[in-house]
Amino acid sequence: MNVIYTDNNATTQVAPEVLEEMLPYFSNQYGNPSSIHSFGGNVGKKIEEARSKIASLLGASSNEIVLTSCGTESDSTAILAALNSNPEKKHIVTTRVEHPAVKNLYEHLSRKGYRATFVPVDKDGNIDMEYLLKNLTGDTAMVSIMWANNETGVIFPIPEIAEEVKERGIVFHTDAVQAVGKIPINLAEVNVDMLSLSGHKLHAPKGVGVLYVRKGTKFSPFMIGGHQENGRRGGTENTASIIALGKAAELAAAHLDEENTRVKTLRDKLETELLKRVPNCIINGDRGNRLPNTTSIAFEYVEGESILMMMDQYGICASSGSACTSGSLEPSHVLRAMGVPFTAAHGSIRFSLSIYNTEEEIDFIIEKLPPIIERLRNMSPFWQEMKKKSA
Amino acid sequence: MWDYTDKVKDHFLNPRNVGEIEDADGVGDVGSLACGDALKLFLKLDEHKRIKDAKFQTFGCASAIASSSALTEMIKGLTLEEAKKISNENIAEYLGGLPKEKMHCSVMGRDALEKAISHIKGEEEKKIEGEIVCECFGVTDREIERAVRENHLTSIKDVTDYVKAGGGCQNCHEKIQAIIDGILGVERPAKKEAPKLTNIQKIRLIEETLEREITPTLKKDGGDIALIDVDGDRVLVKLRGTCASCSKSELTLKHYVESKLRELVAPELEVEEVQ
Repeated sequence: MNVIYTDNNATTQVAPEVLEEMLPYFSNQYGNPSSIHSFGGNVGKKIEEARSKIASLLGASSNEIVLTSCGTESDSTAILAALNSNPEKKHIVTTRVEHPAVKNLYEHLSRKGYRATFVPVDKDGNIDMEYLLKNLTGDTAMVSIMWANNETGVIFPIPEIAEEVKERGIVFHTDAVQAVGKIPINLAEVNVDMLSLSGHKLHAPKGVGVLYVRKGTKFSPFMIGGHQENGRRGGTENTASIIALGKAAELAAAHLDEENTRVKTLRDKLETELLKRVPNCIINGDRGNRLPNTTSIAFEYVEGESILMMMDQYGICASSGSACTSGSLEPSHVLRAMGVPFTAAHGSIRFSLSIYNTEEEIDFIIEKLPPIIERLRNMSPFWQEMKKKSA
Repeated sequence: MWDYTDKVKDHFLNPRNVGEIEDADGVGDVGSLACGDALKLFLKLDEHKRIKDAKFQTFGCASAIASSSALTEMIKGLTLEEAKKISNENIAEYLGGLPKEKMHCSVMGRDALEKAISHIKGEEEKKIEGEIVCECFGVTDREIERAVRENHLTSIKDVTDYVKAGGGCQNCHEKIQAIIDGILGVERPAKKEAPKLTNIQKIRLIEETLEREITPTLKKDGGDIALIDVDGDRVLVKLRGTCASCSKSELTLKHYVESKLRELVAPELEVEEVQ
């Protein structure tokens, strides 16, 4: 069975060019980049090349790039570094819709003596700016706000937020794991102090991430050890994956236009056709302000895991905001923060596309999904009740 | 991905007995949209009071649909007395087992069956028995007790897997633990509150600890420490000897002196160096 992969906000396929680039560093090019001999030193040079490609994707300079093991490590490093450099301040700010990498760390810190503010969003998933600004005080040590939401794709106005936060002398970090490679980012013009990204969301392998640290930002390492990364992150480099990420960054820059044209068109087609063919479904999030590859569709009166399992029979891969898929009992905190009603939250499905998706694949989903929803609705007592009421 | 058995997948993809019985003798309706799953069970009896037909409507995940389908197959042909004996464990067994986190789907089947049987017998809708323990999912102490006893549950997570209680805001975890402990006969000692020290006791204890535990260690490296003042929970000290000029003095203070004092005197102490 063919796999139709529309779950690219979860992870992406490693680009063939990326795989080719990294393979030698698993076999004959195994030198330690820190070694004095040229066998290792040459690997070190490749890492510096990769660093420079990553920097250029972000509009940064090489010495602002710290290589890590994943997006979560980058987030933890950034947040804890900001707190270490402002030990007298005990207030931290984020949003209610962050990824667990930030949300759970903030909850942890709030049990350790920090006061955490979680800024709400409106029904379209847009941030409440007034609430944010009102809550920035002299005691605020740092603000961490995601660039784009992983579940709905809604984009936060990071340039404006960064200006406001920096104007008040507060450290600003953004988790840009979902945004990098999908929308243009130029840190020469956006005043963030630190930014996290993750390799496997942009066609590099899992197990490599980046923390951008603006020159002049006070920093302390999370992993303490050797001199690697200029003392900002100890530990021997994950050489093959870093070199892969360099290549992936180069490709991401080259494919940015395609993401915002062809991929966006496919996403829009998928969305429009499903809305046309399936009654009682709703798009979660501001349709005019989203990543080009993401759509979150709520199919009312049915449950997400069942939809995913039935799509799985056709090889279609997507995600759900329903409780049952994660093993937790409550639906996604993002959809709840937006006030999506339970009738819709449990039946929300996220499709996230990539440049590797084809129009045939999208047509296949458009053909297969409506009968699945109909079938599950015919089983659902709430759908029956709703029909009786409206009849 | 859930590790569903082939039988669960079969009953999910090809559910038996989906639908409604217009002239049902009994209907059992459990769960809600908010909870994420719900089951409406319809029963029809024959002239010998055996279950002639059973149909269901389910909103929920794959295992909820499979559990409902399995239940309808299991009870056809049974008398109400026989059907009443079916436990949630039986439903799970019929399906070759369910992932632990999904056991609440089998409990939902059992609950719907009980409700439908009561309905046939004309028993009054049972009022909610006991007190609500889990506010998020509306689960009572009686329901938790029953799940613990019937399924030999031993942890809060078990209880959440079977009846959902404790799976939301988690504020009820202490109460759930108390119910489990009550049934298992475990007694837990009440948390001991450390006796509050008076100011003089605190200062004396800090002095003693510095003298007995901390100074000898620092002296080994040619350093020393002097207590300057105690202001509430702030312990003001001055480092002397080699410590005073050591670039690691901040670490010594925080990691060694402060943690020793917190351990041996009071956990809320903060050590500061006065210049």
